[in-house]
Amino acid sequence: MAFVIETDFGTPQQTGLPVALFVDGTPVTVPAGTSVMRAAVESGVKVPKLCATDSLDPFGSCRMCLVEIEGRRGTPASCTTPVEPGMKVTTNSPKLAKLRRGVMELYISDHPLDCLTCAANGDCELQDVAGQVGLREVRYGYAGENHLSEQKDISNPYFSFDPAKCIVCSRCVRACDEIQGTLALTVKGRGFASKISPGDMLFMDSECVSCGACVQACPTATLTEKSVIEKGQPDHSVLTTCAYCGVGCTFKAEMQGNEVVRMVPYKDGKANEGHSCVKGRFAWGYTTHKDRIYSPMIRKNISDPWTEVSWEEAISYAAGELKRIQERYGPDSIGGITSSRCTNEETYLVQKLVRAGFGNNNVDTCARVCHSPTGYGLKTTFGTSAGTQDFESVEETDVIVVIGANPTDAHPVFASRMKRRLREGAGLVVIDPRKIDLVKSPHIEANYHLPLRPGTNVAVINAIAHVIVTEGLVDEAFVAARCDTRAFDRWREFIAEERHSPEVVETLTGVPAESIRGAARLYATARNAAIYYGLGVTEHSQGSTMVMGMANLAMATGNLGRKGVGVNPLRGQNNVQGACDMGSFPHEFSGYRHVSDDSVRSMFEEAWTVTLKGEPGLRIPNMLDAAVDGTFKAIYIQGEDIAQSDPNTRHVTAGLAAMECVIVQDLFLNETASYAHVFFPGTSFLEKDGTFTNAERRIGRVRQVMPPKSGLGDWEVTMALSNAMGYPMNYSHPSEIMAEIARLTPTFTGVSYEALDRLGSLQWPVNATAPEGTPIMHVDAFARGKGNFMITEFVPTDEKTTDRFPLLLTTGRILSQYNVGAQTRRTENVAWHSEDLLEIHPWDAENRGISDGDLVEVASRAGSTTLNAVVSERMQPGVVYTTFHFPGTGANVVTTEFADWATECPEFKVTAVQVRKTSRRSEWQDAYHELRSETTKRRKKDRELDGAGIAALVGGV
Amino acid sequence: MSIRIYVPGDSAARSVGADEVALAIRTQGPLRGIEVDVRRNSSRGLFWLEPMVEVVTEHGRMAYGPIDVADVSSLFEAGFIHGGDHHLRLGPPEEIDFLHSQQRFTMGRVGVVEPASLEDYIANGGYAGLQKALTMTPVAIVDEVTKSGLRGRGGAGFPTGIKWRTVMDAPADQKYIVCNADEGDSGTYADRMVMEGDPLMLIEGMTIAGLTVGATMGYIYIRSEYPDAFEMMNRAIAVARDAGYLGANVAGSGRSFDLDTRLGAGAYICGEETALLESLEGKRGVIRFRPPLPAIKGLFGRPTVVNNVLSLATVPAILAKGAESYSSLGVGRSRGTAIIQLAGNIKRGGLVEVPYGLSLRDVIEGYGGGTATGRPIRAVQLGGPLGAYFPADLLDTPIDYEAIAALKGLLGHGGIVVFDDTVDMANQARFALEFCAAESCGKCTPCRIGSTRGVEVIDRIMANENRAANLIVLDDLCEVLLDASLCGLGGLTPFPVLSALRHFPGDFDRTPA
Repeated sequence: MAFVIETDFGTPQQTGLPVALFVDGTPVTVPAGTSVMRAAVESGVKVPKLCATDSLDPFGSCRMCLVEIEGRRGTPASCTTPVEPGMKVTTNSPKLAKLRRGVMELYISDHPLDCLTCAANGDCELQDVAGQVGLREVRYGYAGENHLSEQKDISNPYFSFDPAKCIVCSRCVRACDEIQGTLALTVKGRGFASKISPGDMLFMDSECVSCGACVQACPTATLTEKSVIEKGQPDHSVLTTCAYCGVGCTFKAEMQGNEVVRMVPYKDGKANEGHSCVKGRFAWGYTTHKDRIYSPMIRKNISDPWTEVSWEEAISYAAGELKRIQERYGPDSIGGITSSRCTNEETYLVQKLVRAGFGNNNVDTCARVCHSPTGYGLKTTFGTSAGTQDFESVEETDVIVVIGANPTDAHPVFASRMKRRLREGAGLVVIDPRKIDLVKSPHIEANYHLPLRPGTNVAVINAIAHVIVTEGLVDEAFVAARCDTRAFDRWREFIAEERHSPEVVETLTGVPAESIRGAARLYATARNAAIYYGLGVTEHSQGSTMVMGMANLAMATGNLGRKGVGVNPLRGQNNVQGACDMGSFPHEFSGYRHVSDDSVRSMFEEAWTVTLKGEPGLRIPNMLDAAVDGTFKAIYIQGEDIAQSDPNTRHVTAGLAAMECVIVQDLFLNETASYAHVFFPGTSFLEKDGTFTNAERRIGRVRQVMPPKSGLGDWEVTMALSNAMGYPMNYSHPSEIMAEIARLTPTFTGVSYEALDRLGSLQWPVNATAPEGTPIMHVDAFARGKGNFMITEFVPTDEKTTDRFPLLLTTGRILSQYNVGAQTRRTENVAWHSEDLLEIHPWDAENRGISDGDLVEVASRAGSTTLNAVVSERMQPGVVYTTFHFPGTGANVVTTEFADWATECPEFKVTAVQVRKTSRRSEWQDAYHELRSETTKRRKKDRELDGAGIAALVGGV
Repeated sequence: MSIRIYVPGDSAARSVGADEVALAIRTQGPLRGIEVDVRRNSSRGLFWLEPMVEVVTEHGRMAYGPIDVADVSSLFEAGFIHGGDHHLRLGPPEEIDFLHSQQRFTMGRVGVVEPASLEDYIANGGYAGLQKALTMTPVAIVDEVTKSGLRGRGGAGFPTGIKWRTVMDAPADQKYIVCNADEGDSGTYADRMVMEGDPLMLIEGMTIAGLTVGATMGYIYIRSEYPDAFEMMNRAIAVARDAGYLGANVAGSGRSFDLDTRLGAGAYICGEETALLESLEGKRGVIRFRPPLPAIKGLFGRPTVVNNVLSLATVPAILAKGAESYSSLGVGRSRGTAIIQLAGNIKRGGLVEVPYGLSLRDVIEGYGGGTATGRPIRAVQLGGPLGAYFPADLLDTPIDYEAIAALKGLLGHGGIVVFDDTVDMANQARFALEFCAAESCGKCTPCRIGSTRGVEVIDRIMANENRAANLIVLDDLCEVLLDASLCGLGGLTPFPVLSALRHFPGDFDRTPA
């Protein structure tokens, strides 16, 4: 077992023209602008350093890296001195050695001498450099003024801050400023009294978002992971991909044997470039949480207790039930759901099982409830169901438009990149009902915030397009060359109609016409403008229309096909892109090819040696409707908790309860498992071997860092189930599954584990014309040939406020928690967010006599629930907001069955509700609480949740 | 007809009772049936004579000083309003020896004019430099300033014309002129005298700089200990703007330049130009590394001229009178006039503007009259708290950047602090390190930790603890400070320490006799 070694070049890479110089007589050529320090490292010379690290701009404070340069006075710092042609640098001389020892002597005169018992022992740059410069004596003694009795700050659950060990190099402060962009840290005081401070308060009380950048940057034990303090230094590390959001950060899992010591973001990870967020960096404790189930379980009825059984028994029972049901109710009476949390290989196998093993197309995936409109809308307009850019593209963007996304909470690592560009001066338009953090935060302020009424997205995007078309801001050359001009002409005529003007739609959207005009002009006249969007676009009755509206806008302004532009969905789940790519939808094979396409289908039939159906199968909502109707009887659900994440919980659970065999494969007994007959213990990402595909179509390796705790990988379970059902599958390693995917999917032709190991990651399409992948799509032509303008008529949702339900509820996420919370609720992240809260504008709160912290009931025509209120001016009057991380909150008890017209993506973002103060939780919550505690009690083995666990489950009520 | 009487209103004069004297004159005049028109000029820099009252008579001005409130009635009785004889009568001010032999190239209007009076300013040659500049190309202005030999008066002595040329040649959408008025060196006050005595001169200098390099905005960064200067600068800026000398159309030229002031927050380090820029940007005042030079990447990342008050204030006269008028004065590479500020244990403390090349002794003994205590001079510190100590036997050194540097000294901002033979030079060395510890920004390690350790080591030496070994440690520490510090604060601290050790080794030997 080895370590993944990363070289620290001291200062960031530059891109100037080559400059040749000599370092200690060795010729080296580096780009202009490179520091002497970096040139030295590239020539193989390690200059001592403490305040420099290549993820941060040079700072020049430690004075360890001094060098001599022929023809120059003194001893300049190599980190802050740029190279010049012909420069002759000497990195070692008696003079330099004496100075470095002198500086180190000063450092150590104010540093504890407890190396052997220090958590950083073996991983301390101060220790290394002291050794490197040969410090042998501290002649100042240790009796002088010092910081050795400074108090530790252990308030953050994941890392401690020990100022006694601080060398005030400011790396943490600079990491917070330059990398994360939160600016939570500063240096307080001056001179000898200088010390790092999160603003005169504890870290936990400060603006710190616990991204870990400071801990990563710290060269000593000052900022250290508590897991390292507890366990000690790792003995090996493995590169893998984070399993939280769609950013898909690459991490080094630093291990002791099969135990994770810490997760460290990897500098060469293209999606994150060494950055991380509180979830990926720290919130991996759920993987060993006591709630995890490691043994397969079965039960006859959902009211029975679970019985732990062997894998053989579980699989044979499940296969027997599925076969029995198919025999009794027909081949279409069963189906499956693939998971956006699982690998491409696992997902591919589940849909293959359904199509080839079950013999129908009743397969769907959780993208149904998030980005299915993205797939539909972008495929219709551009020809590909995916975002157009890589993340790096934002570094060339001059105007950023964020629509219905809250990147600083939901995609924090990409948000940091975006914020860096904004701090460099890029323009910003935020289209969101709420005043999200991006609207105004340190050194960032949106040029335009369009606080629209939920449900009026299409009206706003049409108004922006109207301004562009009627004010002559169309990129006519781009449209003529790249788009279907007949479709464009039709669209132009449609959008130019006065009824789309900002002035006309103002009363509808609530957005001042001047703001829309300003935003439209800013977007259309930028050199490079890019749209980034999230579920605030898709989870609407017109989600697909809105996606096409944005695509129209980008085409009309020529903002496609190069760096800095594009239409970019911020994908919610780690592998939602991959799950869609892998053929998880009932109507499509992998690579988005319709099941009715005979040539495609016959290729799969030949490869899979079965006859396949040419008609699309059931979508999730159809499956549940059919279950309630009594025609759909069994389902295999891998890694999705539809009883919590899907809308109208009561309808979902009624459907599940009506089935005869529900098979749940998951880490935990989730909400859906309450209705299950078979439970297959699943694997966490640390146990998985496979690939994830992130929001930029980047396929990254997920490497197994520990064996599956349940004995079998998820893919092996699916394979066993298939074999037991009589459809043979025979893979000996996930790489063989990927080989099959590559063989059968034109956009994946060049993908293999060998290529991924060699290149780090690949962005599809990967094929003969793009053997190393495709960072930016539609460069010379659209995937579909000509760009297709679609008519985007605004049709208001049927979900309307009434006297009875006068407010609009919209839902979303928060930084520290993740989706249904199954993982993050089982970590220390609850320290930041331990319950879902209802955000409400002060006016609406006052009207209802609601104060901060009051228990309130939120009721819609679908149902009601209770939670605590937060009075907040981030909201606009008439709109309330909550998150859906805690099942006991039952946010989706309130949401309705309305959905996107094209894809049935639920309209999570618009529900008419009433809010009132209350003193007791809702009936649904009572029933939920009872069911949950019954289920828990009935578990055969004694794995009772403790009181705190139950409290967390019911959302703190 | 009313009698015009000048009572200085600058902070130096006010600190010794000038306000009370002015009030007494204003009050007693009418009681005696005399219509007095008391104007507030500023001190001419003859501080031992402050408050120095000047009466405008038909034969010119007549000076009296130092005047106490108690002297006012006797002045009236002596008929001072007509220049009458009095034991405090000094004669016409410009004929006072101390002033008479100076060559006030830059400081000529200080004490003569009312500080924010545009009328006075123009009547005394003000804005002639700008008018000249408006007829010249930027390149010609830079050439003229370069030819004059003017060097940065903040202490570094970098040729002003070359700095301006760098900024002029740097392409940018916005450039800035920043005036460093964070005059923090102990014993210096010339910048304050300009701002309190002739603020329009600084405004004119900055305006010329702006038009030359293409900057449309300037900032004057004034130390927080100078509230009077801050107020006076703001008044003068308002006056200049109202008269069209600042704003969108400078002196009708169609070109734009405006000014604003910023008050420091009490940090000596913010007199260092990069820390000053950080502070101006609203950040902690810490040092930026160089390169890039502020001339390339300065305020808000834009090309910026950062000049000391005296450098900018000298430019109008150079343009008005021609480069030759300035470059013809001085010695070697030190051209023009040195603006020396005498302080410490000195008989006649004050400002002396003389051509470079006079000896330290000429100034300290000739103008300053030796120590106030009358005891022999033992040491003088040149160039502020981080300047070297010179023993009395080096007083024949000429005032010349290069000559002083050759003796490991610094002329700095022109401050000279005089000590008599009772001074303990080990204590003075300790003070330098203590000062460094108190004022260190804390960015670089040598200064942040080294200054504090330095005080501890010198205390051990003075306590006779391992003296020989600790002297070596101190010497090594000075080498680290000198060669490894990020800026001049740490880098110059060894100068006073090492000069004290070199010239006065005996003071460090506390071996009991």
